[in-house]
Amino acid sequence: MSATSVALDRSGAVATMRIAGDVTSASEGELMAGYTRAIEDGANAIILDFSGLEYMNSGGIGLLVTLLVRAQRGGVRLLASGLSDHYREILALTRLDEAIEIHEDEGAAVAAVEV
Amino acid sequence: MTMTEETPTQAPASRDASNWARPVDRLSAEGVVGAGVDSVTGKRVSGPLQGFGQLWQKTFRVSLDGSSMSPQEVIAIWKDRFPTFWPNTGKFYAPLAGIVPGEVALLDIDPIPGSPIKFSTGVMVLYADDESFTFINPEGHALSAWITFSAHRDGDVTVAQVQALERTSDPFDEIGYMLGANRMNNRFWEQTLENVARHLGVETPIVDSQVLCIDKRRQWRRVTNLRNSATLRTAGHTLTAPARWITRRG
Repeated sequence: MSATSVALDRSGAVATMRIAGDVTSASEGELMAGYTRAIEDGANAIILDFSGLEYMNSGGIGLLVTLLVRAQRGGVRLLASGLSDHYREILALTRLDEAIEIHEDEGAAVAAVEV
Repeated sequence: MTMTEETPTQAPASRDASNWARPVDRLSAEGVVGAGVDSVTGKRVSGPLQGFGQLWQKTFRVSLDGSSMSPQEVIAIWKDRFPTFWPNTGKFYAPLAGIVPGEVALLDIDPIPGSPIKFSTGVMVLYADDESFTFINPEGHALSAWITFSAHRDGDVTVAQVQALERTSDPFDEIGYMLGANRMNNRFWEQTLENVARHLGVETPIVDSQVLCIDKRRQWRRVTNLRNSATLRTAGHTLTAPARWITRRG
């Protein structure tokens, strides 16, 4: 099991959280800290880039729901990029894909925000 | 037991791949033995984002003091004997294949213990590994939710845990929740953990409960969930029972 790492990039009002490693219920601190930092920096759209995601269990999916709820409450647009076919299937299975915009890569997500 | 599977696009390679259910469009509980009513077949899953009411995160834990079992051993027993740990206000018809990803189980719930009223619903096993398993509810269930059963080490002690992320599914269920069903639901999981702990040798289990409302808003666009409501269907069935009885007697 590898630790979660969240690196934050910011471009205008769009922030990208690059999520790598394992996402489980133990990842709450890293994910929420990244989200809070992005909001404090003034982001109104956040891209969750999952290119480096290695493993996710149901606790990790639960954290994504919590993140989505925080974003909806704060009027923040949440997008996802870099998902493998497997994790796309999981988002479809759990119907999270109804609430989060999924894009092929970060560039496509940025372009969607800027439209 | 079968599921209506969508065509897979590519074989997943992630190391969690075998822990997740395969994508399904509609659930099927055909073949579950013993249940009187199947109100699950043909329904979609309904997680916390699809519900109507306030969003609750509920965590119940019990320390298995005196037990030398590892988390993996606890989860193996919990999966194997799952129906026996349910409180007597409900009946769990386990999938024939057991608690494995993608399997569907049926439930009968007695909202008023001892009364003839029963809610018939079910769950799908969304995820399972050696230390946890997660159920997701179908449309029509009073709660749009997923519930994770897990065990972990806390120092020298193994802790068994139930964590639910849930919203009521429609306004009717939300009213019921405000009028006491929420507390009954909490008690249900506390009793489940007490039953697990007693089975594993804990004489006086003490369950620690943390109930947090993490979104107070109601999702009014989900009011249409009423069309699938098992609660309303059961209420209608109960109210029309005298008429059916008279008709049968000719």
